[in-house]
Amino acid sequence: MPVFIEQQKYLIDYTLAALFRRKTRNLGLLLVYTLLVFLFASVLLLSQGLRREAAVLLQDAPEVIVQRLVAGRHDLLPAAWLDTLRQIRGVGEARGRLWGYYYDAAVKANYTVMAAPERKLADDRILIGAALARVRQLGIGDGFSLRAASGPPVLFKVAGVLEFSSELLSADLLLLSETSFRTLFQLPPALYTDAVLAVRNPREAAMIAQKTALALPSSRPILRSEILRTYDTVFDWREGITFLCLGSLLLAFLILAWDKAAGLSAEEKREIGILKAIGWETGDILRMKLWEGLLLSLSAFLAGYLLAWWQLFHGGAKLFSPLLKGWAVLYPDFQLTPTVDITQILILLAVTVLPYIVATLIPSWRAAIADPDAAMRG
Amino acid sequence: MLITPSIIALQLTAFSVTGTVLLASGFAGRILRGWDINSGSEQQLRLERQTYLISTLVGFALGAELLSLLLFIHTAESLSSQFVGAMCATGVLNVNAFGFPTLWLKIAIFFLATLWLLLNRADNQGYDYPLIRRKYGLLLAIAPLTALELAAQTAYFASLKPDVITSCCGSLFSGDNRGVAAELAGLPPQATLWLFYGMAGMTLILGLSFRSRLALGPLFAASSLMNFGVAIAAIVAFLSLYVYENPNHHCPFCLLKAGYDYVGYALYLPLFVGAASGLSAGVIAAFGSIGSLQALIPAQVRRLTWLALGSFAGFYLLATLLILRSKLVLLG
Repeated sequence: MPVFIEQQKYLIDYTLAALFRRKTRNLGLLLVYTLLVFLFASVLLLSQGLRREAAVLLQDAPEVIVQRLVAGRHDLLPAAWLDTLRQIRGVGEARGRLWGYYYDAAVKANYTVMAAPERKLADDRILIGAALARVRQLGIGDGFSLRAASGPPVLFKVAGVLEFSSELLSADLLLLSETSFRTLFQLPPALYTDAVLAVRNPREAAMIAQKTALALPSSRPILRSEILRTYDTVFDWREGITFLCLGSLLLAFLILAWDKAAGLSAEEKREIGILKAIGWETGDILRMKLWEGLLLSLSAFLAGYLLAWWQLFHGGAKLFSPLLKGWAVLYPDFQLTPTVDITQILILLAVTVLPYIVATLIPSWRAAIADPDAAMRG
Repeated sequence: MLITPSIIALQLTAFSVTGTVLLASGFAGRILRGWDINSGSEQQLRLERQTYLISTLVGFALGAELLSLLLFIHTAESLSSQFVGAMCATGVLNVNAFGFPTLWLKIAIFFLATLWLLLNRADNQGYDYPLIRRKYGLLLAIAPLTALELAAQTAYFASLKPDVITSCCGSLFSGDNRGVAAELAGLPPQATLWLFYGMAGMTLILGLSFRSRLALGPLFAASSLMNFGVAIAAIVAFLSLYVYENPNHHCPFCLLKAGYDYVGYALYLPLFVGAASGLSAGVIAAFGSIGSLQALIPAQVRRLTWLALGSFAGFYLLATLLILRSKLVLLG
């Protein structure tokens, strides 16, 4: 065993020296390789971060949301439904929610407006999201007017800026009292946007949803686990499509790698010829070539991964964000949590290093079997 | 069909493994037909050069298969959030009939590729390539398995349909009733525990006597494979219960999670190494009587046997430690 390790050490030593002798040629390949790993790693790290963020946020989401459907469209839910829902065994609490969207022509953006009875706001007070406060340059105590559905403006006073651990939820959010919500949107008193249920035993959520659909046939119960599952699928799908788009890049890279490995320069050919003449076997040359591929791959992999990491967690994640995050005028500002995931590293190895090795196997073998005399003659 | 990066990566790997092994077996077929060690013809010289390519290709396939085995389990694990009733990799592999067969094929190809590379190593040491027909025969047997694995894996991923919200009705709330089985049924723990340690004793005795009597090769190879099977059964039947400290959680994959300190890697690595080297030692020993290998094989077999016994010892030691450390009272 020690002999084997010694042998590999000498091979690595020689390979490194040979790589450095042809700096420009190898540097070009290394750069392209690093860029490839960087692109794939950026996609993976970003969507992993987004998926985590969504999962963390949805942890506090209600177990079951009940909506009313009219002709297949979401409609306002009568307050009487809440009593029916409360009577379902296993339901801890049923609460009607009031929320909606408000288009502000001044910033050309939609706000999410929500009644927050638990905050006990006075009717002329409002809480605003951080992104909104930034765009409208508002602070506590400032006046803020919204146009009511009937026409005249309603004036509010900013009572506070929402500070959440993540801006994903609160960026464009406005919180106000139930009365002012109804005044603003001219909503009749016994109607809600939807209802949320607290379930005593989370494992019964599916059963409760089933009972809800039976008791209120025009309702549409949505489980938290379903929202999570759908988010996961959507992110997976976006990631997959981006990967497929990067596939053409991978193909181009493989052609480059094949070409580089197959087109030996006269100098390299002479080198192999001399090595064989002084006693290297075909197997040794092959091993040297494989080490060359492995060392290049490892350097490119590490450099690409670290660059992607830096870009995402310190450089503002400019790349791929529009594609994976979605788009909005009042886009939340949020910091992704850095994580290293074994699955991601395995995926990256499988889509970058593995194809590179496949592309260089046959050219390396061809280089290794050359006859010494023919090789030296060029 | 789901399109996720891990599925794309797995399919890419399966295609490259099948491609390289089929290419290698194409060359192998040519060698089987035209090989004549006594000839100095150009054709023979070309064939001899091709042997280098074949071993490189199979070496690559082995590495890729190992990567794909790990990635496959991780993928199943990460997809578990998208299927109602699937709590971990077991549930996702059970979603359709192709999940577990794909996993078994990956494991089988891993073992066969290791055996092939070790056989190749022994063969290259003999000056007249005495095992050439046998090893290329084995390669021709591995090739259809890789194609089968590719087909099974494609069928598995193609028929995965995640349970997501649809616009017509929000809920799939009957989900829990028709959900996939997330658990494996275990064998009775007590009997499996006896079998587990019985196998350990048998492998140890066989291994020690095999070192001096190479004729025991087939027996040792069989016992190594059986040991692998029994160990997997034991992990499902009782070892996982001890690790999770839960009498109903039988999953052999959750051991690989961070929540259990990645203890699965420490368990499976020596188990796979032990079974692969035990199997190879047993098979290679059968060629000890061939003239050009007579002097070389016993030493190689002895090294592999030590590796197998050492790895199994590591596995059993860790398994016993896990049982002793656990607060679960399963027996008595």
